[in-house]
Amino acid sequence: MGKTKIMLGNEAIARGAYEAGVKVSAAYPGTPSTEVSETIAKYDEVYAEWSPNEKVAAEVAIGASLSGVRAMVSMKHVGLNVASDPLYTCSYIGVNGGLVVIVADDPGIYSSQNEQDTRMIARAAMLPVLEPSDSEEARVFTKRAFELSEEYDTPVILRTTTRLSHSQGVVNLCDRENIPDKPYERNMQKNVMMPANAKSRHIFVEQRLKRMAEDASSFDINKTEYNDTSVGVITSGIAYQYVKEVMPSASVLKLGCVHPLPKKLICEFAEKVDKLYIIEELEPVIEEQVKSWGIEASGKDIFTVQGEYSANMIREKLLKEPVLYTADKDAPARPPILCPGCPHRSVYSVLKKLKIHAAGDIGCYTLGAVAPLNVVDTTVCMGASISTLHGMEKAKGKDYIKNWVATIGDSTFLHTGVNSLMNMVYNKATGTVIILDNSTTGMTGHQEHAATGRTLKNEETYAINLYELCKAMGIEHVYEADAFDIDELEKIIKRETQRDAVSVIITKAPCALLKTFVPKGKCHTIPDKCVKCGQCLVPGCPAITRNEDNTVTIDDTMCNGCGLCMKRCKFGAIGFVPNEK
Amino acid sequence: METKNIMIVGVGGQGTLLTSRVLGGIITKAGYDVKLSEVHGMAQRGGSVVTFVRYGDKVYEPIVEEGQADVLIAFEKLEARRYAHFLKKDGVLIVNDQEIAPMTVVTGSAKYPENILEDLKKDRKVVAIDAMAEARKLGNTKCFNVVILGVAAKSMDFTKEQWLEVISETVPAKTVGINQKAFIAGFEK
Repeated sequence: MGKTKIMLGNEAIARGAYEAGVKVSAAYPGTPSTEVSETIAKYDEVYAEWSPNEKVAAEVAIGASLSGVRAMVSMKHVGLNVASDPLYTCSYIGVNGGLVVIVADDPGIYSSQNEQDTRMIARAAMLPVLEPSDSEEARVFTKRAFELSEEYDTPVILRTTTRLSHSQGVVNLCDRENIPDKPYERNMQKNVMMPANAKSRHIFVEQRLKRMAEDASSFDINKTEYNDTSVGVITSGIAYQYVKEVMPSASVLKLGCVHPLPKKLICEFAEKVDKLYIIEELEPVIEEQVKSWGIEASGKDIFTVQGEYSANMIREKLLKEPVLYTADKDAPARPPILCPGCPHRSVYSVLKKLKIHAAGDIGCYTLGAVAPLNVVDTTVCMGASISTLHGMEKAKGKDYIKNWVATIGDSTFLHTGVNSLMNMVYNKATGTVIILDNSTTGMTGHQEHAATGRTLKNEETYAINLYELCKAMGIEHVYEADAFDIDELEKIIKRETQRDAVSVIITKAPCALLKTFVPKGKCHTIPDKCVKCGQCLVPGCPAITRNEDNTVTIDDTMCNGCGLCMKRCKFGAIGFVPNEK
Repeated sequence: METKNIMIVGVGGQGTLLTSRVLGGIITKAGYDVKLSEVHGMAQRGGSVVTFVRYGDKVYEPIVEEGQADVLIAFEKLEARRYAHFLKKDGVLIVNDQEIAPMTVVTGSAKYPENILEDLKKDRKVVAIDAMAEARKLGNTKCFNVVILGVAAKSMDFTKEQWLEVISETVPAKTVGINQKAFIAGFEK
């Protein structure tokens, strides 16, 4: 005891799980949840894995819990949709060893496709939700979640948000608890969810939640701070910090358990304060329940359901204090872009040239939607590129999609794309699928997956061969190509998009941000030969900028030497200096 | 002690996270309460990134809000301009004199603003440095971020020795020497 460390919210969650004696952890990477798994993997006492998707990861954790050990699964909010099938039913089964589900919401949509609120799903699945408000609480609440899981025989969701997950704060470190494994006993009525058993378990689940709601009023993680009682605020998570920043003298009911709500505690608090506010990011989950009990409160009538909250927002909306600052509205925006040397840019430059539309997917390559590439037309969710292309073909016929492809990353393909490809084969589809194989899960910060040959614990393992996998599904036309060989790629894509069959093109080149990536050299301009045609600028590499006289400059600190600009230059105005070995 | 607010802004991939790690280290060592907030994920891919650092006796929110930054460290000029309104009236703006064109400028849909430094200097305390040039002199352009930190450190409450110690504990062992040199180059500028 007595040791402290500065930690990300996600690292603190992993620390809490470690201290709680967790033995098995499974996850699929997803911002802002990824660092939970990356941190827990460093503890030798914990088995930790990347699973191909969140449903599989949840089931791994469920199995571990049933066997009698403490287990956890972590995911981002949209990952919970993928995992919801096992989780809704695991709510009925309950646990043997404690089971904690870490879910990271993304208010403000920093790195996601939507802004859904996990508490809504938790209510539907009748699962309790704890919500910490800083790194130290993230550690403590995670431990508490394991205890509550075992005490109430329920999986427990620990909800975090981007701001909490990616903020660092001071954390107290404790030793790992020695939690003995629970014995496994066959219990068909509890663990086999078929109609007769599920009916009685549903009754149990309702009673469990009711009992927990009653007990929640005395949970130590639900805290009242009475000060000036003319204003009272019910809040939770990161929003608590904004309230404390702005209204240090207000009375606050800080909820650590946001589902089920501690009704008695809330009613008492509401009684004691003159004016009640409910301050929660995203949906009015607390507010609607509190109001349904006949309590008057102000919440989403003044605060938004969108984006992140802030202290200034509370100053403005609640205290009516004008916040005086002027943002520079004229500063050109700087949206995220594909990196210099990114293989996706090369593939997209070919698609752009051929005027081909891409049904897109989730990953860095979603950025192919924006200027100057403008290739990706659709993005829904993990794996959807292949199935949406299939839907278009079935709706409009095979000729309609001759200028379409599906583009999907290697990790996303293994996540859920593989099911969609199976569906194309089964239902006699035509269409071209491009697997952008950069040998990693790129966007989330380079995690291993089933085709990289390494595990989360950095052990060597069998690398699933994407080519053979596609072949094994019965697809005759599967091709591998160097992502930077644009002439060869153009030939293959032209040919395959015209084919009346399913084709898969696997474009290969490593992500330029991988630690193992070594640039082959650097590109430079040869100004005498430049005819100012601008062809090198078309793919939108951030290392190349146009000069005032329409010649270009290549930034040698940014260039990763992919050579795409050089291949596009028909005038030999871009040279290449290979790196010394 | 009243809470101190520091912001680090730049372009994803410039190495702002290392700077915030060093800052976090030195503040924790000094025994303050501290919170840092970072951007991970998609925005890191060449987008506009911002890190908040707050320290004092007790820190609540992890973000610095508009009009509250004591020190704003900008790794790039346009980003300095974008976040300048976060500075307090008497706050200090440290700017790396480097231009990285955003894609909107590369594609021609926007123009990179001119005279950014001159405009910023009109009503703020601005310290500009060409950190890339300093780093080049040291023979390693990658350490330019530590040069900037060295300049910014002059506006903070810690000694040179404290900084050098934390740098040696934070960066990979092989790069301690060059990073300490880079820090001194900025600190003694």
